[in-house]
Parts: sequence; structure tokens; C-alpha cells
Amino acid sequence: MDITAVQVWQFILSGLTTGSIYALIALGFSLVYNATGVINFAQGEFVMLGGMITAASMEAWELPLWAAALVAIVLTTLIGLILDRAAIRPARHASVVVLIIITVGASIFIRGVAGIIWGPDERPLTAFSGEAPITIWGGTITPQSLWVIGTTLVVAIAMWLIFEYTVAGKAMRACAINAHAAQLCGIELSRMISWSFGLAAGVGAIAGIVLAPITMTQYNIGTMLGLKGFCAAILGGLGNGLGGIAGGLLLGVLEALGAGLISSQYKDAIAFVVLIVVLLIKPSGLLGGEEAEG
Amino acid sequence: MAARERPHTDEAIVPNEAERHAARRRAEKLQIVAFFGIMALVPFGIGNDYYLHILIYIGLHLILATGLNLLMGYAGQVSLGHAAFYGIGAYASGILTATYGWNPWLAMLAALLLTCVVAWLVGKPTLRLRGHYLAMATLGVGIIVAVVIRQWTDLTGGSAGLTGIPSMTFFGHELTSDQDLQYYYFVWAWAAALTVLFANLVASRPGRALRALHDSELAAQVLGVDTAGFKVRAFVISAAYASIAGTLYAHSSMRFLSPTPFGFHTSIALLVMVVLGGQGTLWGPVLGAFTITLIEETLRPYADYDIIVYGLLLMVLMIVMPGGVSRALGSLIDLVRGWVPALRGGDEP
Repeated sequence: MDITAVQVWQFILSGLTTGSIYALIALGFSLVYNATGVINFAQGEFVMLGGMITAASMEAWELPLWAAALVAIVLTTLIGLILDRAAIRPARHASVVVLIIITVGASIFIRGVAGIIWGPDERPLTAFSGEAPITIWGGTITPQSLWVIGTTLVVAIAMWLIFEYTVAGKAMRACAINAHAAQLCGIELSRMISWSFGLAAGVGAIAGIVLAPITMTQYNIGTMLGLKGFCAAILGGLGNGLGGIAGGLLLGVLEALGAGLISSQYKDAIAFVVLIVVLLIKPSGLLGGEEAEG
Repeated sequence: MAARERPHTDEAIVPNEAERHAARRRAEKLQIVAFFGIMALVPFGIGNDYYLHILIYIGLHLILATGLNLLMGYAGQVSLGHAAFYGIGAYASGILTATYGWNPWLAMLAALLLTCVVAWLVGKPTLRLRGHYLAMATLGVGIIVAVVIRQWTDLTGGSAGLTGIPSMTFFGHELTSDQDLQYYYFVWAWAAALTVLFANLVASRPGRALRALHDSELAAQVLGVDTAGFKVRAFVISAAYASIAGTLYAHSSMRFLSPTPFGFHTSIALLVMVVLGGQGTLWGPVLGAFTITLIEETLRPYADYDIIVYGLLLMVLMIVMPGGVSRALGSLIDLVRGWVPALRGGDEP
């Protein structure tokens, strides 16, 4: 098999697209982890909900795309808030394992309800601005991929602005650094946690919406996407937003290269091989500090 | 309580501790004999093959959960991929016997070795670190093994499944498929033996070191416990339990393996068995194995709605009883004691 530079470039381009999705999911993991120390295994279900609610509301109410997307983001954010209130908050002081089981339970529950409401069929979503491929340095990319990459950039910049310049963002950062001290300064911790869950769910929904035209959407896509986003978050250093985005992009590219150059059958395993290699070499993540060494 | 009121000299405390320890061990032995004695009689009370099947699964889950309990309840670590070791045990034995015609016992041993090597390779570097790095690594291993089982079709049969697995033999006697009762006793004999081994391990010096480690890693280190080494050993043993359960599964009456039981959701179900029953106790995971297996089997007929109820149950049970049933019962007893002064015996001078 001859591999040309153009083919590799093509793999990188498609890797950046899926990588952007992983980056957004990793961002969601980090948001919740920073606020609560919880690894939210339901994060992937927010992605599924974003795509499914958009597709379903365009179908059922004949809404235009932007309105359907808005409905999806608002509803998913609400579901994120409910998850925090109903399941995480009552178990705030429980052990890590218990919280893991609760979020996995939530993800199974959400997937089950989605399966009942929308059935097992895949749903297509029309590409936002046509299918005509664009050629960049000999590699082609669909306009939808540009939407995905662009959206990730916009969300990343928006997050940075929120956390750097708004009072709420600074308060959330303060809680992540030292929840007790933040509370002493008059920051209401439980509200900050709610916001983290809301933001994480909203970001997840956005990822699901831009992804849907590329892969179609189905009630059960959340688990694998969530787990790979989790790999991306570890790769970048859990709780490190920027690291998660870098981790997501890197993971997407490695996965595309691995699938293209080595074996497409084992595509789903590549992210986890990368995860284990990173844990063995630099467990605090590529951009993380050194505190993990014990 | 009584020990505290005695004079604080070594002579006074040590024999007393040792006595209590011995008494607890005697009680445990009695409980083990009683429990497995009852389980030996259970088949006479049920005339239904379906129930026998479920009881065989409960036995397998008991082995899995007891092994995982050693890791979680004693070494204080979490595995999010224990189904992988279950899968390695099942597929390694299945492939070696079905494709290469090995003797089932030899295949079981080979599967066990393979599992231990994989567990050691994963555990050795990650258990050096503080925090839940083993959990993340095992999550990865769990999914890699699941993908390999599904994709390496030449070896595993992939989604179509692996067929042609021969029966288990026992001293030249074949435990054939129309003899579920024999296999029931075979599985539960393993469950009993591995429970006894667990009780002995936990009571041994390494077991006590593990318990110290679970309470405070720093304190254990100060006392000279090689904490990382003990954690790795606990992890490898817990993986070995899973491997044995896997081999027993492969040779059970279906003699057929498909990738489904060895995925992420089984790993989570095993976690729930341990946590729900009460980690760090002998009987907690046993209770958990019964409860979760029965819940899964009860929900099975209600296709599509089963996962909604299951997900909801996981959330509710963990929110209501984060310390497991045994801890919840304990606090209930404390509560009752608080109301009824007569029961407060132990605290009064």
C-alpha cells in the first residue's frame, strides 16, 4: 500500500474534524470536573441529545435549522441542570465510585428514554451549507467539517472570554482552585456547580448539532463519543480546558491516521491505546502539571 | 469497646485483639459453611432449568464481585474495565479449547496466566501514582479488549460469536450441556473455594496491610507497608478471579461466546454489585451479585424499557445508599439504638 503525502494530509483534515468534536466533549468533562471533581459519564449523552433534538424538532415542527438548534441547546442545558439537581447534588459527599455509578446510571437512563421517544433509527440532518467539497492544499474537506472546526474555535474563545473576563467565570475558576476559600469570599458554590453542568451540557449539545450532518445521529451514539472525549480530557490533563481542546484535536488526528494507515477495524481502540500510553508516560496529561507523580 | 477500658499495656491489648480476631474468623467460617450449604440445597427446591441458569450466573457474578471487592474494598482502587479480564478468561479458554483442542483445565490455566500478565502490565505503572489512574487505565483496557473481541473475527468469531467450545471435564467426567445441575455444583464449588480464599487472604498479614492501606496510605507506608506492591498484587488477584469466572462462563451450558457480556456495562454492573452490597465486607458483594443479577433478569422481558428502569435504579440506589446495603443497615441499627436506650449496651460503663 502506497501512502502519499496528500493522503496523510487528507487523514489529518478528517482527523481535525472528529478531533474538534472530542475537544468539545473534553471541554464539558473539564467544566464539570473542575467544579465538582466528578467525572460525568453522561457527557456523551448531551452530544446525542443535541443532534437528536435538532433533527426531531426540524421534523416534527418544521422549524428552521437555527431555531431547532436553539431548542436543542436550551433543552439539553436544562437536562444538564436537572441532572445536577436530581442526581449529583444529593450525592455530593459520596465517594468517587458512587458518583461514577450515578453518572453512568444517568447516561443509561437518558439513552433509554431517547430510544423510546425517537426509536432506534438513524436520523439524517442536512449539511448547514451544502455538500460541495473544498480543496485545501490537495486535500478535500466538506463545508460541514469547516462548521465543526469553526464552531469549536468559537466555543473555545467564548469559554476563554467567560473564564477570563466575566465575574461568573472568575467565580467558577475560584471554586475550582479552592472551593472552601471561594465560599468564604461569598461565592455560592452550588450555583457555580449548576452553571458548570449547564455550560457542559450546552457545549455538548453544540457538538452534537454540528456533528449530526456528518455521521447521522442516533439514540445510542453518546457512549462511545463520551468515552473518547474523556480520553481527550485525560490526554490534555483533566480539568485543563485548553489541554482538553489540544488533546481532542490530537486524538482525532491520531485516530484518523491510525485508521487510515494501520487498520480501520480497530479505529475505536486507538483513542484508548493513546490513553494508556499517556497514563504510562505522563499521567498528568500532556499539558498538566507534575502533581500526579506519587 | 471493652478493650479500651483495659490498662494500656501490650499484654492486655494484644491477646484481646487476637481473641476478637479469632472469634470473627470462626464466625466467618460458620457463615461460609452455612451459606454454601444452603446454596447446595437450593436446586432441590426449584424444579426449573431457567432458575438454575440464573443461579449459575449469580455464582459467576459472585466470583467476579468478590475479586473486585479485594481491589475496591481493601486496596481502595477502582477498576472500570473488569469485564475485560472476564472476557480474556472466557475467550482465551474458549479459543484454546474450541480451535486448538486444548484440555479445558490447561486452557483455564493459560487464560489465568494471560489475564495476570495483562493486569500486571497495567497495574504496575499506574498503581505507583496517587489518585484514580488505575480506573482510567482499566477503562481503556476494557474498551480495547471489547474492540479486539469484536474485530479480530478470525480468532474470536467477532459479533457472530465463538462456537464449538467443548464441555468442562471433571476427573474424566464430562459436564455436558444437558446436565445443568452438575454445572451448577461445579460453578458454586468454585465460588465457595474462592470465597474461602478471599476470607483467608483478607485475614492474612497482606490482607491486614491492605486494610491499613485503605484507611490511610500514608500511615501504612510509615509502618513499612509496600503500598504500591500490595495494590498491584490485589489488582492481579482480582483480575485472576475475573478470569476464572470467564472460563467457567465459556464452558457453561451455552458453549457459545459473543462480545456483548464483556463490555463497559458489565464492568459498571460489577462495580455496582460491590458498592451496593458494601465494599470491604465478605457478604456485601455476594448480596450485590444476587441483587443485580436478579434485577437484570427481571427487567429482561421488558425490552426497551429495561435500560430506563436499570439506569434509574442505579441512580436511586446510589443516592439513597452510597455506602451500600450493609452500611445502610448499620446506620439503621444505630438509629434504632439511639431511640431504644436498652439496646445501647456497649457504650455504658
